[in-house]
Amino acid sequence: MTITTATPTGSLPHPVILWIAQLRAWVFLCLLIIFFEIWARAAEGSSFVFNLYNIQSIAVFATAPLLLALGQTFVIISSGIDLSLGFVMGLSSVIAAHASNYFMVRYGVPPFAAMLLAILSGTLVAFIPGLVNGLLIAHLQIPPFIGTLGMYGVARGAAYLFAGGMTVAIDNPWFSAIGNGRIYGVPVLVIITAVTCLVMHYLLSETRFGQHTYAFGASKVAARRAGIDIKRLTLKIYLLSALGAGLAGAMYTGRFTAGAAQAGEPLLLDSIAAVVIGGASLFGGSGTIWGTIAGALVIAVIQYGLVFINVEPFWQFIAVGAVIIVSVLVDQTQRNLTGGRQVE
Amino acid sequence: MSDSQPILSVRNVSKSFGAVQALNQVSFDVNPGQVVALAGDNGAGKSTIIKAISGVFHHDAGEILLGGEPINFATPHEAREHGIETIYQDLALAENLSIGENIFLGREPKRLLFGVLPILDRKAMAAAAQGAMASLDFHVTRLDAPVAAFSGGQRQAIAIGRAIYWNARLVIMDEPTAALGVPEQRRVLALIKNLRGQGKGIIFISHNLRDIFEVADEIVVFRRGENAGARRPTDTTHDEVVKLMVGG
Repeated sequence: MTITTATPTGSLPHPVILWIAQLRAWVFLCLLIIFFEIWARAAEGSSFVFNLYNIQSIAVFATAPLLLALGQTFVIISSGIDLSLGFVMGLSSVIAAHASNYFMVRYGVPPFAAMLLAILSGTLVAFIPGLVNGLLIAHLQIPPFIGTLGMYGVARGAAYLFAGGMTVAIDNPWFSAIGNGRIYGVPVLVIITAVTCLVMHYLLSETRFGQHTYAFGASKVAARRAGIDIKRLTLKIYLLSALGAGLAGAMYTGRFTAGAAQAGEPLLLDSIAAVVIGGASLFGGSGTIWGTIAGALVIAVIQYGLVFINVEPFWQFIAVGAVIIVSVLVDQTQRNLTGGRQVE
Repeated sequence: MSDSQPILSVRNVSKSFGAVQALNQVSFDVNPGQVVALAGDNGAGKSTIIKAISGVFHHDAGEILLGGEPINFATPHEAREHGIETIYQDLALAENLSIGENIFLGREPKRLLFGVLPILDRKAMAAAAQGAMASLDFHVTRLDAPVAAFSGGQRQAIAIGRAIYWNARLVIMDEPTAALGVPEQRRVLALIKNLRGQGKGIIFISHNLRDIFEVADEIVVFRRGENAGARRPTDTTHDEVVKLMVGG
């Protein structure tokens, strides 16, 4: 009887090297911070990173795109895309503002309870676009790009209609404290986002739901033959994505003490960029929450850092754009090295 | 062996799609530890009969008995739960997942972290993968590697390993050697012999007569949806099987 050793073909690098390759967005983030540190010291004579205000600002700045990007990570791993997130966030922001005002003025609910109800309403209203996205994609086989593009328009219109074409100001000290307060120096927004990151990481890497999302993204046939209910799975993925945007919308309202339909408009592409910089492939099947966190921080550091060293703000777009392209190239190279093929 | 009950008995099974009679009164048996090769030209009904057995289609007439019990599964999933594992040419593996994760896809084991939080039990998956692959004489060096990193023949072994882990009684293999180079083909044939040694029933579909003659215990020839004959490889020749396949 012959004994065969099944060694992966090609040269699969050592696990430690693979691990570092997966964390490359974090490596890049460190390099970026070192770059800004050197520049700031040379040009301004001040420190970039050893500055509590800078750290807090970057962290708060990163929360909104990150909350969108967490759900987007699941969607992109499943080889989909969610274009509706920006305006789902806007819709949630407007609804959260209305809810805060409504409960306080109409029912005399105390500000703290009104804040909780507002965050809940803002987050839960995102269920509707998420559900419609999921139903369109899972049951009517509409391509994700088109289905969520349609919902982008619907959510946008609905958000402006509910807002009456204006921003909806709130007057709720508790809600404002959620958006601007600190606990032991840590902004509340950052705490809420960090907890959301942990929950999302758990869902993606430690549950069947996450495992099936990876399998589905790599091979729909494999997922179906394994007996996975892929319609239900798709629905859950788009619901999760919308809920993240809903939470982001409610947080926006607290931070700026107003609900705005255009709250998430510039953030949609940042959310996709964060996922891609974090190492996910738009072909589906790969990506991690840790990577996405690093991706969101990379974008925030570039944007904040360039302002800090007094570079004209328009360079931000060029820098982020270049980073996205480089990330995709690095991802392709890594796939070739590890024997992972890009299917289709 | 003649007194042992067949794992699978196909008796006078017919199936038509509209006016097309895809299967007409087809019969054959698969015994434990027996490799039955289905031979036939394209459109002869080989795929149709395996789909009827594995729950993709319902058959119109006749009987399919699994361990003596008549079956007519509604879904492939149901067939799999009854121990019928079908390995299609595309293998249906998730290439980004490890061997263990593929074996358990859709049925992942869990454990409790700190006694409260349910998480996936990756250690159990890796250990099962190691065990199932070792029973095929494949000793996997890197259990963390995604399936994409393995060769075509090794992936066949992974798909077979999945069948073994879930205690399949009957393994149906559709053209398992078609997309492989010669050394890999040899390895897959060795895998089939290994499965036979474990007492599984195997249905083997191939266009390659040399492969069929090497591993089959019985060759069932199909022609236009009908049984054209059944032969033992030791009692027949390539020429005779080809004549049965094409008629005349």
